[in-house]
Amino acid sequence: MSDDSQTGTFLLDDEEIPFTRGQTVIQAARAAGKYIPHLCWHPDFKAHGSCKLCTIKANGRLGAACTLEAQDGMAVENRTPELDDKRRTLLQLLFVEGNHFCPSCEKSGNCVLQATAYDLGMMTPHFDMFYPDRPVDASHPDMLLDFNRCILCELCVQASRDVDGKNVFALSGRGIQSHLIVNAESRRLADTDFSATDRAASICPVGVILKKRVGFAIPIGERTYDAAPISQVDIAKENT
Amino acid sequence: MAKLRVATTSLAGCFGCHMSLLDIDERFLQLIELVEFNRSPLTDIKHCDPCDIGLIEGGVCNAENVHVLREFRKNCKVLVALGACAVNGGLPAQRNHLDLHTILEEVYHTAPGLAAGSQIPDDPELPLLLNKVHPIHEVVKIDYFLPGCPPSGDAIWKFLTDLIAGRTPHLGHQLMHYD
Repeated sequence: MSDDSQTGTFLLDDEEIPFTRGQTVIQAARAAGKYIPHLCWHPDFKAHGSCKLCTIKANGRLGAACTLEAQDGMAVENRTPELDDKRRTLLQLLFVEGNHFCPSCEKSGNCVLQATAYDLGMMTPHFDMFYPDRPVDASHPDMLLDFNRCILCELCVQASRDVDGKNVFALSGRGIQSHLIVNAESRRLADTDFSATDRAASICPVGVILKKRVGFAIPIGERTYDAAPISQVDIAKENT
Repeated sequence: MAKLRVATTSLAGCFGCHMSLLDIDERFLQLIELVEFNRSPLTDIKHCDPCDIGLIEGGVCNAENVHVLREFRKNCKVLVALGACAVNGGLPAQRNHLDLHTILEEVYHTAPGLAAGSQIPDDPELPLLLNKVHPIHEVVKIDYFLPGCPPSGDAIWKFLTDLIAGRTPHLGHQLMHYD
């Protein structure tokens, strides 16, 4: 690609992917119908680059596909056994750090974390469980917060701040102490101006931010990732 | 070929995974052509002989669970975590953020509606509860994991037939469930 050219191509698992200047690897791949596993990235929001599930190998170097700009002629490895193995380990770390009990979670079947773990064939959390103590917040009349399942993707923080203009959520603490908090003196969701119609109310990829009274409106077995794996559903969504 | 010897047990589980094993229905007749059951709730044999495959339902919540799990590990060439509770502690592990004594006090002593004089059971034959419920891989080495609450009969069938045939068990999207 010459300096003033606005398009180019790169190789993703040996397949040629076109891109326009400024597109990240994950944006170009998705537009071309190729799935790169991801949790904290959402097409409508600025890349966060924190979950590292989208780690790819570009010209032999590891990088996050959500923040790495596509370059002409770049050779990218995506679904290799080596990278999927690393991704599986990242998922296992997330599963043991929170309380992810799928059988009693109403998000089951619609959960991006669960669906990604299915796609990557995660059969066990492997590590010792943390079983953290994270009380739920059911104070809001229409919404429930179950912090046990938070993966710190910050999509709710972004949506509330950048779309809803409310700043209801934030992350607090560092390292293993990082956790999601509610921006109110009482720390209760009821004491914010959060609403069930907010973008942040429907952005959570896991089962933290839930609308009350509709949890099983769609039965288990008929949910987003029941018929087909997320690697297909995610791309199908892009094309509708 | 000699039949493979299989042992099964339910630790801190609800027997749902064993019920799901029975959900393979008439395929059970094919299964018993390939395997014989040793220690198992199905045979009522109380202790393990040396076995090829051990299926463990449930996590460990008390001292007896730990003893049984170790007996299985000692006797089984291949040990399988069967179902959500064996894999990650499951529903029983949701007591883990509560203080054990507080739970027992509330359930057996202070809850409304209890008979007069109710107290926490302390019969020496009762196994002592662990402070926390653990998945079985935190106690012994586990060779294979089959998640699900319970794993469906089809998932168990696919898993066992793969394992018995010497293949690495592979569920695929339709049979893979954590719920």
